[in-house]
Amino acid sequence: MEKTIAEAKAPNLGTRWRRNAWRYRALYLMMIPGLLYYAIYVYGPMYGAVIAFKDYNVTKGIFGSPWADPWYRYFKMYLDSPYAWQTLRNTLLISLYKLVWGMPPGIILAIMLNEVKHKFFKRFVQTVSYLPHFLSMVIIYGLVVALLSQTDGLVNQWIKALTGESVPFLTSTDWFRTILVSTGIWQNIGWSAIIYLAAFSSIDPSLYEAARCDGAGRRRMIWHITLPGIRSVILLLLVLRLGHVLDAGFEQIYIMYNVHVYPVADIIDTWVFRVGLVDMNFSLATAVGLFKTLIGVVLIVGANRLAKRWEGSIW
Amino acid sequence: MTVWKDRLFLSVVYILLAGLVVSVIFPLLYVISVSLTPYSEVLKQGGFLVFPRHVTLAAYKAFLRDGLIPHAYGVTVFITVVGTFVNLVLTSLMAYPLTKKYLPGRNAFLLLIVFTTLFGGGMIPTYLIVKETGLLDTVWAMIVPGAVGSFNLLVMKAFFENLPESLDEAARIDGAGETGILLRIVLPLSMPIMATIGLFYAVGHWNEYFAAIIYVSDRKLHPLQVMLQGILRAGQSPEMNIEETMPTISLQMAAVVLTALPIVVIYPFIQKHFTKGVLLGSVKG
Repeated sequence: MEKTIAEAKAPNLGTRWRRNAWRYRALYLMMIPGLLYYAIYVYGPMYGAVIAFKDYNVTKGIFGSPWADPWYRYFKMYLDSPYAWQTLRNTLLISLYKLVWGMPPGIILAIMLNEVKHKFFKRFVQTVSYLPHFLSMVIIYGLVVALLSQTDGLVNQWIKALTGESVPFLTSTDWFRTILVSTGIWQNIGWSAIIYLAAFSSIDPSLYEAARCDGAGRRRMIWHITLPGIRSVILLLLVLRLGHVLDAGFEQIYIMYNVHVYPVADIIDTWVFRVGLVDMNFSLATAVGLFKTLIGVVLIVGANRLAKRWEGSIW
Repeated sequence: MTVWKDRLFLSVVYILLAGLVVSVIFPLLYVISVSLTPYSEVLKQGGFLVFPRHVTLAAYKAFLRDGLIPHAYGVTVFITVVGTFVNLVLTSLMAYPLTKKYLPGRNAFLLLIVFTTLFGGGMIPTYLIVKETGLLDTVWAMIVPGAVGSFNLLVMKAFFENLPESLDEAARIDGAGETGILLRIVLPLSMPIMATIGLFYAVGHWNEYFAAIIYVSDRKLHPLQVMLQGILRAGQSPEMNIEETMPTISLQMAAVVLTALPIVVIYPFIQKHFTKGVLLGSVKG
C-alpha cells in the first residue's frame, strides 16, 4: 500500500518541489543573507582547510597550490617536533586544572546562595558575582597587572614589605598556570552557579520538610538532599566540559602569556596562531588546527552521546 | 542543638559570601584608586590605597589629549552598534523561516547549521577567506565573520516556535505575507529574546579582541580592548613601543577603568536579561 503511494508520487516530485519553492520564495529570500554568510565564512574555511594537505603558496591561493608530498607531511612535521608534546601536554593540563578547580566553586556558591533567606542579600551577591563574567580578558589582565605585577603590583608591594623580595608572578613558570586557573575561577564562579541554582528548584520541597521533622540540620540536608538533587546536572556538565577539553582558552592565555612562560603556557591554539599568522606557515598551522578539531569532534560527539544516555534522568 | 549549629553554619555562609563580594569589588576599587593617584604617591604608599589621598585626573587628561583612546572608543562603539544590528537582522531573518515545518529543505539547512557547532575550518583558513573577500584591515573584519552565532540562532528559533500558532493563522487570513507576519507579529512578540540575544552579541562586540588582532593590523582601526592590551603590555615588556614613553601604572589603570566603565555601569540594569538567556540556552540547547 505504502509502496504504491510512493510510486505514484515519484514522477512529479521535481515539479512539486519547484512549485513549493516558488510558493515559499519570501521565506527563502529572507534566508539569503544568512545562507551567504554560512556559505562564505563558515563553510568556506572548512573547504580552505584542505591546505593542510597542500604546500600553500600565497600567490597560487587555496585552489592552485600543489598537493603536499606525502599528504600527511605537515601532520608528521608537527608530531615529530618537540612542540607537539609540549602543546598537547599544556592544553590538557590547563584544561583539566580549570575543570577540577573550576567546577566545585560554582557548586559551593550555589549551595551557599540557596541557604540564604534574605532575598535582597542573595540578589546582591548574585549580581556582584556575575559581573566579572562580562569583563573582557584584557580588563582581567589589567586587574592581574594591578595586583601581581612585579614592579608595581599590590601583592608584590606587600611581599616586598614583608620579605624584601618580589615574586615574578607573571613571568614565572611556577606561577603562570595558577594565575590562569584562579583568574578563571574569579571570572566564572558566579555565572557557573546559575545553572545549579536553577536545578535546585526541581528538588521536591517536601523532602526538606520531612528531613526537618526527623531533626536534620542544614548541613545534613545539603549533604543528603541538595547535593544528590543536582548530581545528574553536575555529571552532565562535567561530561560536556570533558568534550571541550582541547579548548584551554586561547584568548586568556594569549593575552596573559609571554616568552618566559611558553614551556608551561603554550597550548595548541596559541602555537597555531604564532606558526600561522606570525611565521606565515599556513599549511603547518592549518594541519595542526585540523588535527585538534578532529580530535575535538570525536570527544564532543562522545560526550554528547554519554550525556544523552542520562538525559531521561535529568530533565 | 541543631538550631545552634544551624546558626553558626549560616553565619559562616554569610561571611564567605561577603568575602566573595569583597573579592570582586576590591580589585575594581583598587584599580580606580590607582588611576586617580599620582605615580610618585603609588610608589611611596607601599601599596595599600583603597581611597587615594591625593586625587589627580592627570592620567585621564593624558589619554584625552593623546586622542588614541577616544579614537578606539569610536571604533568599539561602531562595531558594537553596527555589529549587533547586523547580528540581529541576519539571525532573525534566518531563524524565522526555519520555524516553518512545511518549508522544503528546512531539515537540510538545520543540519548544516548544527554541524557548524561541532566542526569549523579553523583559525588560519578563516583568516584566508577573510583576506580573499577583501575584509582584511577594515572594520568589517570585526563584524562580518561572526555575523550569525549558530547557538543564538537555534535559541531564537526555539523561541519563535513557542509563539502561539493561532496568531500566525489569523494574520494569514487577514492577508498578511511572510514578511508582514515576521515584522508585525513575530518580532514584536519576541522582544524579550531579542533583548537577551542582542545583549550577548553586544557584550561580545564590546569585548572584541580576537578578530581585531587577527584581521586588523592598522592601529587606527584597533578597538578599545586591543589598545588597552598594548598599553598594559608596554609596561611589562620594554622591548615594545620603544619610541613611546613607558606608561606608568596610573596610566595603565586609567585605561582599564575607561575600558571597563561602560560595562560596569550599565551591567546592573541589564543583568536580568542575561540570566534569563543562560537558562533559555541550557534548556533548549
